[in-house]
Amino acid sequence: MLAYLVRRFLLMLLTLFGISVIIFALLRLVPGNIADILFDSAGLINPAEKAQIERELGLDKPIPVQYAIWIGGLLHGDLGYSYVSERPALEEILPRIPITAKLAALALAFSILLGVPFGVISAVKQNTWLDYLLRVVSLSGLSMPAFWLGLLILMVFVAQFGSIPIYSEEPKSFWDAFVMFAIPAAAVGFRSSALIMRLTRSSMLEVLRQDYIRTARAKGASDSSVNYHHALRNAILPVVTVIGIEAAFLVGGLIVTETVFNIPGVARFLVEAIRWRDYPIVQNLVMFIAIIVVVVNFLVDLLYAALDPRIKYSD
Amino acid sequence: MSIEYDAELAARRPRLRRPAGRLRLFFYRHPLGAIGALIMALFVFAAVFAPLITGYDALTTDAAASLARPGAAHWLGCDFMGRDVYSRIVYGARISLAVGIGSTLLGSVLGILVGLPSGYLGGWVDLLAQRLVDILQALPLLVLALVMAASLGPSLENVIIAIAIPLIPYVARVVRSNTLVLRELPFVEAAKAVGMSELRIAIRHVLPNTMAPLIVLATAQLGSAILVEASLSFLGLGIPEPYPSWGRMLSESAAEYVRTAPWLVIFPGIAISLVVFGTNLLGDALRDLLDPRLRH
Repeated sequence: MLAYLVRRFLLMLLTLFGISVIIFALLRLVPGNIADILFDSAGLINPAEKAQIERELGLDKPIPVQYAIWIGGLLHGDLGYSYVSERPALEEILPRIPITAKLAALALAFSILLGVPFGVISAVKQNTWLDYLLRVVSLSGLSMPAFWLGLLILMVFVAQFGSIPIYSEEPKSFWDAFVMFAIPAAAVGFRSSALIMRLTRSSMLEVLRQDYIRTARAKGASDSSVNYHHALRNAILPVVTVIGIEAAFLVGGLIVTETVFNIPGVARFLVEAIRWRDYPIVQNLVMFIAIIVVVVNFLVDLLYAALDPRIKYSD
Repeated sequence: MSIEYDAELAARRPRLRRPAGRLRLFFYRHPLGAIGALIMALFVFAAVFAPLITGYDALTTDAAASLARPGAAHWLGCDFMGRDVYSRIVYGARISLAVGIGSTLLGSVLGILVGLPSGYLGGWVDLLAQRLVDILQALPLLVLALVMAASLGPSLENVIIAIAIPLIPYVARVVRSNTLVLRELPFVEAAKAVGMSELRIAIRHVLPNTMAPLIVLATAQLGSAILVEASLSFLGLGIPEPYPSWGRMLSESAAEYVRTAPWLVIFPGIAISLVVFGTNLLGDALRDLLDPRLRH
């Protein structure tokens, strides 16, 4: 087990190193850096001034040197400065994280609370009208772009209440704060709940066919006891593994939903930074996202071993 | 009993060989998949015959028709610049399908190039390929596509590339795991025994046998590729103006028009959802058909 952990951990570091190289190289492929953008928008053409800006930002150094400076800083907790605001990147990123974290946590809770029970119902009532309805609804959930669902929700709000739920720094009450986050979270979580529902359904169907379920029924156990105590406990295992994939899946939804609802979280910030060619922000945020995805997947593996005693990691 | 069964099968066989008979059987056995196929056919038809089924050009602006409501002249209304929304949605099918099909094909080819040697050769090739897959998979689809699209610059080809690259790991994994099983089977051994080269075996014998799961995966990826294109364009980093991309139509109209011109928000979104819904229905049916292990 320990050997496995060490090996997994080293592979994780290797993956993160690879990501850092790829992202850094990709961003330097960009035709035109921030100096070009500033010059184009300001209509300036003095090459000396432009060279001055590039020197100040360290853009005149060779690319491997720029990379070494970034990684060296990263390991010391120094993420560099935002080109746009000229403030330390860390100060720009940190305050936005709790906003997105709350949104993501609510969305995940929403998707599990909706996805697992409906998945079980759909499997238990296989091939009834209820099953068909739930399958079509979940499939349409997967087919809808998250940002469009967000826009539709805004539209309903305008029609019903005449106003749009607007993000504010200091919500008046806990209830206001909850509503402010819950609505965008529902927009993000709906898609994920469809994914979880489909997975729970197929996993339940798999388990319900097994011999020990027939034995339980033959013993005279009630339907609900068989479905929830015998079947769901085993069927939920593969669903847990998807939470890792889910983490990556949620990020995409968060990016567009924060944009639609004007929520100043990290996900929307990433899009803004990409538009502005704000390299220090983009590369650090992408690394941050990659670390979260990789670590979540690692934890899910461990959780899986803890939940299922049949699994032993050797090597 | 087995004799009766064979007789029944034999009687059926000629009907199955005819494409029409096969199609009818598919419609009968997989009604939802058939609906998906019909939806896809509808969008392909719209994309191919766009000029014939629209009354307006998708790019021509008309100040007099700015924000015109849906009606007899403009079925689905007009946008701020007076462009006909129905025409833009029909022409938008071209963009959406071109990006969806283009990036799925490119991603599949690149994924095969990574996955086939990885599974067939093993060793250090496999080790290297697996690290590449790990790296690409640790980044969410949209994040990688966003960074790629921004660094390549806005154009149709670049959006296709930006969406294809993040699809590579999924294809590579499916091809690799299938190849690992296939390379141990007797027919590969037989091919080796008659002196066939490794490359030829991999391409002529192993690869065709991974096609069934690949087709299922590609159908699912077609849907996600279309969704990612819509998201990229919605965020302003996808298809550039003046192409009528559905995602772009929503970004122009976004929250601002929710109140004043809801048709600008509703119809492009329906188009995206419907085409992706079609690919999902078709994908599910194909999975049942081609991958019996997963059948429920």
